[in-house]
Parts: sequence; structure tokens; C-alpha cells
Amino acid sequence: MATAAHTLTPQEASAHPAPEAIVVRFAGDSGDGMQLTGGQFTLSTALAGNDLATFPDFPAEIRAPQGTLFGVSAFQINFGSAQIDTAGDQPDVLVAMNPAALKTNVDALKPGGLIIADEGEFGQRNLDKAKYAANPLEDGSLAKWQLLKLNISQLTLDAVKPFGLGNKEALRCKNMWTLGLALWMFDRDRQPLIDWLKAKFAKAPELAEANIAALNAGHAYGETAELGAMGISQRQVAAAPAEPGLYRTVTGAESISLGLVAGAQLASLPMFFGGYPITPASAILHTLSRYKEYDVTTFQAEDEIAAVASALGSAYAGSLGVTCSSGPGIALKTEAIGLAIMTELPLVIINAQRGGPSTGLPTKTEQSDLYQAVYGRNGDAPVPVIAARSAADCFDVAIEAVRIATQYMTPVMLLTDGYLQNAAEPWKVPDMSAYAPFPVTFHTEVPPEGEKFQPYGRDAKLKRPWVKPGTPGLLHRIGGIEKAQGSGNIDYSPANHQAMTNTRRDKVMGIEVPDQAIEQGQAGGKLVVVGWGSTYGPIAQAVRRARSRGHDVSHVHIRHIWPLPKNLGDLLKSYEHVLVPEMNTGQLKTLLRDQYLVDARSLTKVSGQPFRIAEIEAAIAQHIGADFDQEVPSDDSQLPSPEAVNP
Amino acid sequence: MNEITTIRPSTPKDWETDQEVRWCPGCGDYAILKAVQRTMPELGVAPENTVFVSGIGCSSRFPYYMETYGFHTIHGRAPAVATGVKLANPELDVWIITGDGDALSIGGNHTMHLLRRNLDCQFLLFNNEIYGLTKGQYSPTSREGTRSPSTPFGSVDHPAKPCAFALGAGARFVARGIDVHKNLPSVLKAAHAHRGAAFVEIFQNCIVYNDEVFEPFTAKPNAALGQLWVEHGQPMLFAGGAKGIALDRERLTLKVVDVADGDWQGAEVIVHNVTNRAIAHMLVEMPFGPFPMALGVLYDDPAPTFESAVAAQNRAASEGKSADLQKLVSKGQTWMVDKEPHKL
Repeated sequence: MATAAHTLTPQEASAHPAPEAIVVRFAGDSGDGMQLTGGQFTLSTALAGNDLATFPDFPAEIRAPQGTLFGVSAFQINFGSAQIDTAGDQPDVLVAMNPAALKTNVDALKPGGLIIADEGEFGQRNLDKAKYAANPLEDGSLAKWQLLKLNISQLTLDAVKPFGLGNKEALRCKNMWTLGLALWMFDRDRQPLIDWLKAKFAKAPELAEANIAALNAGHAYGETAELGAMGISQRQVAAAPAEPGLYRTVTGAESISLGLVAGAQLASLPMFFGGYPITPASAILHTLSRYKEYDVTTFQAEDEIAAVASALGSAYAGSLGVTCSSGPGIALKTEAIGLAIMTELPLVIINAQRGGPSTGLPTKTEQSDLYQAVYGRNGDAPVPVIAARSAADCFDVAIEAVRIATQYMTPVMLLTDGYLQNAAEPWKVPDMSAYAPFPVTFHTEVPPEGEKFQPYGRDAKLKRPWVKPGTPGLLHRIGGIEKAQGSGNIDYSPANHQAMTNTRRDKVMGIEVPDQAIEQGQAGGKLVVVGWGSTYGPIAQAVRRARSRGHDVSHVHIRHIWPLPKNLGDLLKSYEHVLVPEMNTGQLKTLLRDQYLVDARSLTKVSGQPFRIAEIEAAIAQHIGADFDQEVPSDDSQLPSPEAVNP
Repeated sequence: MNEITTIRPSTPKDWETDQEVRWCPGCGDYAILKAVQRTMPELGVAPENTVFVSGIGCSSRFPYYMETYGFHTIHGRAPAVATGVKLANPELDVWIITGDGDALSIGGNHTMHLLRRNLDCQFLLFNNEIYGLTKGQYSPTSREGTRSPSTPFGSVDHPAKPCAFALGAGARFVARGIDVHKNLPSVLKAAHAHRGAAFVEIFQNCIVYNDEVFEPFTAKPNAALGQLWVEHGQPMLFAGGAKGIALDRERLTLKVVDVADGDWQGAEVIVHNVTNRAIAHMLVEMPFGPFPMALGVLYDDPAPTFESAVAAQNRAASEGKSADLQKLVSKGQTWMVDKEPHKL
């Protein structure tokens, strides 16, 4: 969703033809370049002024065996002339580059939707690999959809023949042929893509030319091949309403990286980023490693522990220390996070959550590390936790994390997830001068003669002073052993540990967080749907649809998971029912019950896929006792059944 | 820290904190602490620019007793914390204090990477061949057969050799000292003078759980035959000059030779060269017993340091570029929305 795009008012909506939204899914072998195809289609969509949301869905294996069901890589985009909040429940168009891609994706397609299949790949060998007994393109089993079978492989080979590429290299241009056809279908300009190909293959002009030829051929095919006779016509989707200004697309990983750089500048600090490669968090390390002119030092450590420990060391020396990982890596960092709590140093820890436990589902999304973030450490070890709701929102949330860490001398956990990391959306470029700086002042004042410096002295917010080594007159030692209030000397005494534990708790619980806002609806009423993180899109749409039918449903989306906003308890208690959709087995629900004794109920999903709007709508209907006339039938067919993938 | 600070002359006392030292009476750590505090005034460094970073274990309490900046971190991770400290502020003089369990067991990985990266720091490994703070279990440097609470029938695994490990990891400075030996300050001074990771193994007696384990070469009567103090440009002599180390050319190993009437040249005793990596490898592999224990600066051949390489790359990559945040957020393929496309 474009965060700056405003929601259509009923007047606006009625003044125009019904806003149109189209969902396209590209699916192919993990080596077919589907993510790249999707990414470029996304850019062309953004340039056409449509609002959009994407969902890249790829296997954990880099190049899974060709043609297999588990090697299928897909990219879904939802774009339209109105505000788009999700990557779409069901595709209108499915591009299937081989039988395996068809098999694992076709059930998600809307009835009557369009299948574009590369029949050149539907030979016996590939059919066998996809466990098809008969060729689905021939046996009538796809009758409820519109089928456009083209020998894309052959058409591509023909198109790139003049460039003298080997068969394998020539076939690599298939995705560009397909993209050319897709651009024709939605009446898009090819030029930005041609420019991009020229830049990408600057060192191999023949590859650039071949890819451009394939792209043009796909486009020309659409123009000339009387597809209209088959009921396939060009569609123009009008631009979505958006506030005037400069826009770009961002993924969550890019947005978080930019937000961290902005946060460091607002805090007047150099940034040190300690990272260790892990899916899906690595993109942040990649992005930041290019920002050296912004006073960013990146360090690829030997392991997750060294990544966080070095970030903490840098914080001790006066930098903004940042580390990021995914669940398994966060688990390894836990002891060092405890040290950051004990030594009260600022640190930003980003967890791009993925399916767990253990290695779990490395490339799939989940929100199951909320307990880990809020509770997952030895000792009474409070850490503020905040969560981003969209790729664009990651920017502001990253700044907020830096603010809390530096203003309160505490580690902060920032939660995103695999979906947010990879998904792209339009973003209105922010005006940086509108952000209020929060510069850090290091403590340099030497106490008067006869008095000792108090490294654990505190201000009104209970924050201790931040002293950089190198500062004369303030020599002191810190560490993980319990220390005396004020002096920071080792102190195991019972009363002191009680007091220090209370202080650490009070400091974090006293962090100023904005009051909880209501996204849609009002305080009080029948049902509130409470979400956090990347479920924002489907919840917002589901609530919007329910409200448009006249139902009393509100939407509350929590950014500050810990400490929770002070008004949240009363707000939740003002509704008859509280429904918490989460991509876990009910972690926020448990937290809310524990904190407020509210009868929060769960809607949970841990399939590695984001919620569909219809699923949340169905749960809303159930909770308010309504019988929705559902526009989108709720079923689980979007997901390939486990049997289909692992027969 | 670009302003020039004049270093006040200091005495060992200036480097002591007001904290009560909490090691067992008679612990070798006291001697090492004294040696470090005696060495500091001679290094021309300011206490405020000095940071002691430690892990966990008896040795790692060290920073509390040094009147400098200090960070007592978590088990095994001092090298990683120190890396962050030094990258954030390369001007700081960083000392890492660790033990055999801290550096070679739980923190072995970090030790290896610190050394191969060559972070400029002094790395003092107090080797007492035992876990002291957890009450006496055998450690990765304990000799085979060590009886301990966790190995009542004797340990069966082969011990790690700290200096061989360090060289294998790519260390450019490797030295050995003994807690109570008068030469320790000079070893520490050499370590400090080395730009890069300076690895120093200090044999440290644990009076409670592993008392006298180093007596075969540290005890007074054994010192002459048991200790080979090497020095750059000097022949490798011990036993008061009566014995030396020479190369067994046939077997390409070292051998002990007798030196008659001071004629070490005649006995082909090797002249120590601290930049010779091959000799260093042989010295750290010399089995004690048939050979004396090699002590002093075994290897010292500086190479570019990690933090200077990082800083140089950061500088080069930033050259001619501004830190304009507005420019950064506006990067990539952008488009303008001039007005709301839907006219009401």
C-alpha cells in the first residue's frame, strides 16, 4: 500500500468507475527468473501510477532441481486504481512456466481466471516431475479457467536467434518474452525496462540485445496474435489516487536500512552495523554496506553472536550499534542482548521473522517470535519491542527504534518478517526536514573534586549517562555482573539486586509511546480486530469491507508491542469482542490477555503464507454473528496441499 | 580523538582502582595485574584512551582492577566486543583479557577471527589449564589424563596449544610469558609496540585447582633447563648458555645441542628472527620435556590491521560523496505524481 495514498471517500468512489484491481502471479522454476520478472513488472506498474503490493514466494534452495514441485518460485502482484493493501487473495492471471508451476499454483486462481502456460515445457519428463498423469493443457482439467497455451520456449528461441546465443542462454530470455506479453496486456511502456536491460548487461551487449528482442517479441505477439478472439484483451488500469509528490518503490529491507541511516543522522551518531548472513535478513546488511558516506560501518561477523557483540562494543565506544537477524540468529544473540540490558547501552536489534522453530521455513513468513522478543531472555530482562506494518512503515519504525534506544539507553527489538523484507510497494519519498532531530549528548562533565563519577546515576527518565571511552576524568568499568545503584561497582547484595531489577523494569515501562490510534472505526462497539506487523494489509481490507456492509467493526494495529500504549487496555475493554489475527499460534493474544484480562480471541495461521482478506472476513463474520455474502469465497486452495508438493 | 593530548607521567599506582581484588590468595593473576600496572606507565598512553575488555572467568575480572575504561562482557565474546570498540574508535588502545576456557573453548571462534583479521589490540590469554571460576573442571589446554570433577578418571582429549592455534589462525605476533617472571613486562611492552593483534600466552598458576602444574619449567631449580627465552638477533641458548636449539637438517625439526665453551656458532645454534614464521611454527610445536619451553617474543611480523583497512575503505567509498539524506531516500527509479489522477 502506498502509505501516503489516502483512502477513497464514498464520494470519490462513486464519482468514478469502480476501482479496478488485478492480481497477477508469475510462477516458474527457481532458475526461470520469476523474481526478476516480478520485480520489473512491479516497477512498470509503479511507473503507470497504480497502487500495488507484492508477494515474492520462493523456495529455500537456490537452484532446486529443475522442474520439481518444490523448486517452484512465484511472484504475485496486486495492482489497481484504488488503495491496495495486500498482494491479493486470488490471482486473476497465472503465468506458469512449467507443469510444476501450474500444479502448485493453479488452484489459487480465480474461477474464470487466465492461465498463460509455456506449452514448450509440458513434455513427458516435466509432466512426470510434476506428477501429472496426463498433460493438463490437453485433458480438459483446466476447463474452469481460461487457458492460453503458447510455446514460449520456441517463440523465445526464434526471437533471439540472430544473436547467436547457446540454447541454454537463449532460453534464459524466456522470462523477458513473458514480461513483454504481460506489458502488452496491461498497456505498459517498455522503455524503462529496455533502459534497465541495457544498464544491467552493459558489459555483455549481445545479452542485452537478446533480452530486448525477447521482450519486444512477447509484446508484439500480444499485438498481432488476435488474442482478442480468445477473449483476451488489453486492459488499462487507471492510476490510483495518491498525494502529489515524488514516489519510489521500496522493499522492507531497503526501507529499514534507510530508516536506520536517517535515525543515526537524527541522533547525530555514526552507525555500526554488525551482521551475519541469514535469510531473510541479509538484504539489510547488503543495503547498508553501500552507504559508507553516511558514516555507516558494516561488519560481517564470524557468527550471530559476534555480530551483536561487536555492535554492543561499538555502542560502548559511542556509535549507534545495530544488528539484525532472523529467529535462529536472534536466539544466538540472546545472551549479548542481556548484556546490553545490564550495561544499559543503546542497541537496535532487528528480527526479520521467518517460520520456526529451529531452521523452520527460511524463506517463508511468520510472526512467531513475539514471545522471543518480549520474554525470551534469562533473568528479568525487559526490552522495548516495536513492529513494522508495511514495507514503507519500516522507515519510520526504524527511526523510532533508534530514538528509543538512544533516549533511554536500552536495546530495542524491531520486528519485521519475511513478507515485509521482500515485498515491494510504492513509497512517497519523505521530506527529511520534517523529522525532528533527537541528538545524543555524551556525558563529559567531570564530577567535582572528592566526588566520584556515577556511571549508574540516572536522570528523570531513569536513563544512565553515556560516556565514550576516551573521555578524560570519567574512567569506569561496566559489565554483566549486577552492579550497585549509582557507582556501578559489583554488588551482589539482596536489596541492591531488587532495586536494580525494579529500576530496569521501570525504565522500560516508562518509555513514552504514543497513545494507541484506531485505524478504522471508533472506541467502543461490537468487535475490534487487533493486529500487529505485516497483517496490517489484509486486516485493513477485511475491516473496510465489513464496515462497508454496515457492520460495527473497528481496526486497531499495534506498533509498540512493549511497552504497550497506556490507553490500550481501556480501549480494548470498550469493545464486546476482541479478535487478534496473527501468523503464529496466538502470541499477541496471550500478551493482551495477560496484560489486560480481556477475552481476546485468536485467528491464527502458520502456513508460511500471509493472511488472505477472505480469511479475516470470515473470522469477523463469525465473531459478529453475521452471515456475509462473501465476494471472495474463503477456501484454502491458495496453498498447494502438502500432498501436492510431497506426494 | 584527533586533538593531541599530552600524556601525564604516571606511576603503577595511578593504574590501580579502588576496587577490592577478589582473586584467591596466591593466584597468579595478582602477579600479572602487577606486571601490567608496572608496564602501563612505560607505554606513553593515557588511561582514558585505554580500554580493557574481558570475557568470563577468573582472569576476566581484570578490568575492574585497572584504572582505565573497562568492559567485562560475556563468556568467550570479548574479541567480538573489542572488535566493535576498535572499529568504532580506532584511537583507543584495546587490551583483551581472557583465559584458556574463554578464548579457546567457548570463544575459540572469535579468537580465530580476531587474529586472522588482525585487529590492533593486545590479547592476553591467562593459561592455567583449568576452569577456576566453575571450581576445577579440566579445560581445553589441560593435559591428557587431568583428573577433575568432570573427569574423575582423567581427561582423554588432546589439549589445544594456544600459540600454535594463534599462528594457525594467522596471528602476526605470538609471545609467551610466565605470571611471576620478571620478563613479563618486557613481553607486554613488545606486544603493545606491535601494530595488530598481539597474542600473548601467560602461564598462570591456579593455586586452588591446578597448583604447580607449570613447576616443571617455572620452579627455580627447573628454570635453567626448562626455559628458553628467545630474543630477536640472539642465539637460542638455555641452561646458562650450555645448551642451544639447532636445526636437525635431515629431519627438518629442531634439536637440542650442547654448547661447549660458548661456541654456539660451532654448535649451529639458531639465531632467533622474530619475522621468520617457519621458526615460530617450530618453536610453538616444541614438545616440553625433550625441549625447554620457548618463552618471550616468538613471532613479530606486522601486517596491515583490520580497523585501518575498514577505515580506509570507508574513506575511499565516501570520497566525493555527500551524506545528504534527502538524496539517499530519493534514489532509485522514482516518479512524480503531479496531482490526484482522479478528478472529483
